[in-house]
Amino acid sequence: MTTLTQAQPRPLSISDRLILWYDRLKTPLFYLILILWSIICLAPLYFTLVFSLKPVANAYDPPLFWPIPFTLDNFRDVIGALPLFPRWLLNSLIVSLAVTILRVLFCAMGGYAFARMDFPLKGFLFNAMLVSMMIPGQVTLIPAFLVVGPGIIRGGLKIGDITLPTGFGLIDNLGGVILPGIATAFGIFMMTQFYKSLPRELEEAAMMDGLGRWGIFFRIVLPLSQTQLLTLALLTFQGEWNAFMWPLVILRTPENFTLPLGLNWFRGEYYTLISKVLAGSLFNTLPILILFFLFQRYFVQSIAGTGLKEG
Amino acid sequence: MTASSAPLAPALTLRQKARRRRETLTAYTFLLPYLFIFLVFTVFSIGYAFYLSFTRYNLLSPPQWWGLEGYRRVLCVESWFPRPEGAPRPTCDDLFIRKALPNTFKYTAIVVPVQTIISLVLAFAMDQKIRFRRLFRTIFYLPSVTSSVVISLIFVWLFSPIGVINQIFRLNINWLNDPRYAFYTIMMVNIFTTSGTLMLIFLAGLQDIPTALYEAAAIDGANKFQIFRYITIPMLRPVIFFVVTVGIIGCFQVFDQIYVMTAGGPLDSTTTIAYLIYKWAFRDTTVKMGQASAAAFILALIIFIVTLLQRRIIEGSGTVSQ
Repeated sequence: MTTLTQAQPRPLSISDRLILWYDRLKTPLFYLILILWSIICLAPLYFTLVFSLKPVANAYDPPLFWPIPFTLDNFRDVIGALPLFPRWLLNSLIVSLAVTILRVLFCAMGGYAFARMDFPLKGFLFNAMLVSMMIPGQVTLIPAFLVVGPGIIRGGLKIGDITLPTGFGLIDNLGGVILPGIATAFGIFMMTQFYKSLPRELEEAAMMDGLGRWGIFFRIVLPLSQTQLLTLALLTFQGEWNAFMWPLVILRTPENFTLPLGLNWFRGEYYTLISKVLAGSLFNTLPILILFFLFQRYFVQSIAGTGLKEG
Repeated sequence: MTASSAPLAPALTLRQKARRRRETLTAYTFLLPYLFIFLVFTVFSIGYAFYLSFTRYNLLSPPQWWGLEGYRRVLCVESWFPRPEGAPRPTCDDLFIRKALPNTFKYTAIVVPVQTIISLVLAFAMDQKIRFRRLFRTIFYLPSVTSSVVISLIFVWLFSPIGVINQIFRLNINWLNDPRYAFYTIMMVNIFTTSGTLMLIFLAGLQDIPTALYEAAAIDGANKFQIFRYITIPMLRPVIFFVVTVGIIGCFQVFDQIYVMTAGGPLDSTTTIAYLIYKWAFRDTTVKMGQASAAAFILALIIFIVTLLQRRIIEGSGTVSQ
């Protein structure tokens, strides 16, 4: 009986047939999708590389896929002949490094306080911080500009004979770009969560040995959180290196621009020299790419982590 | 917290009190840098922006109380008002209602679904037994680590009338100067940059689904499509919610690409709310910081409402399927 039914299989339903086709086609199909999207991702960078190796006069000329005629002039100009480019690179480096170092330190300190210490208003402050993360940046952009730059009250606040400045006066100054970024709610939150998951035993032992809070923090806690600090540092550096809107609001003269600002300005001023912009773009992209290749694991974990912890 | 539990606890010795005071002091010292940023750039800034939104402020003279006039100007269109005899029409800034608002919604309505589907498909493909997975992952993430300004500059050049795209596909489209195409070109750029990141989030979500669930479903005789429909999608719902939320918030605030690629043009066809706020506050010949603040609060409200609605929809579809 059983052999008979096996010999005559029932006709396949439509969904069965679909699944059969799917099984047969899925591997090539998935590879096709992945390769197609890879081409889309790589093509712009590839064309940028090709045309940054071609003379300015050939910025729109075929051949499209190979740098003929070949020249290194654009890179030479970007590094040496146009003094603004190295300046922008340096400015970007100063801003990104300063923000990264300060933010990592201050967020680790704040996160540690929230995770381990007991103090009045703690719960309220933590919740207020979480709520503040949902406010779009456009809302605070104008007051932040006024505080960092010209001040809330033009000419300062006059109390009797004393005039108090109401702003930092950091317009067109790299310090003004750095200042609001030195600590963020996201960074504090990330470090708080991490320190909450860290076992307390080591710290308690150190406390027994008579080490104070600062000693514990700098000698025990910070070394224990290297991975987390590195993740925050990478995210911060990437964000600041690529930042545009805030530097655009604060910086005014080309000498003080960061690289993204400078590239955009240069494109506007010398639109026939697009090949130089392409070469400069590669300089903006390269450091991040190197960081990404070196620390890929941290980037991927931090991104994946944001999705997982939700819900 | 400590205050409410104090009566129950035995009276504190002087030493304990001193220690507690020291702990508070240390904690606030640890928090000092962030508290400074929080008080100045969050608490004060939100409050002052709220005040500014009810004023007229061009940076030259102090803010002038204006009541709701700023909000009214943002939210009205001149042609709504019949012209009274002799008297001038009330002034309106038509740009917000006529251009920025519909543009922002159109942008979000197209970019969010497309980038969500592309990244989900990519993540699903990556979740199979695929060789070179690390290589693919690196390549997909490249556009996300590159600066939005650099990407935009490259795309302006690629999509110029005599640029590489038109040459390869033998087209003759003025991508960024034609109001019919400019906005879609910017949308493409944004989808291109964000899909990689979202793919990583989806991939982590997919890999987090316990294999036991798939095995149980397979034993129960579920076919591949049923497994996808009744296991994968419901298990992925929180991740989908997160990706869509991040996408919506990002889309409503899109700025860099628009500033670099079109500066809101041609014919305001790419002016979005975030760009308009910047334009009013910093770019126009007479800056309108009060009105820009009003628009910023309207934007915050819109983002808040849309996020809530979207949460309702995604959670709602969850109850239907069960």
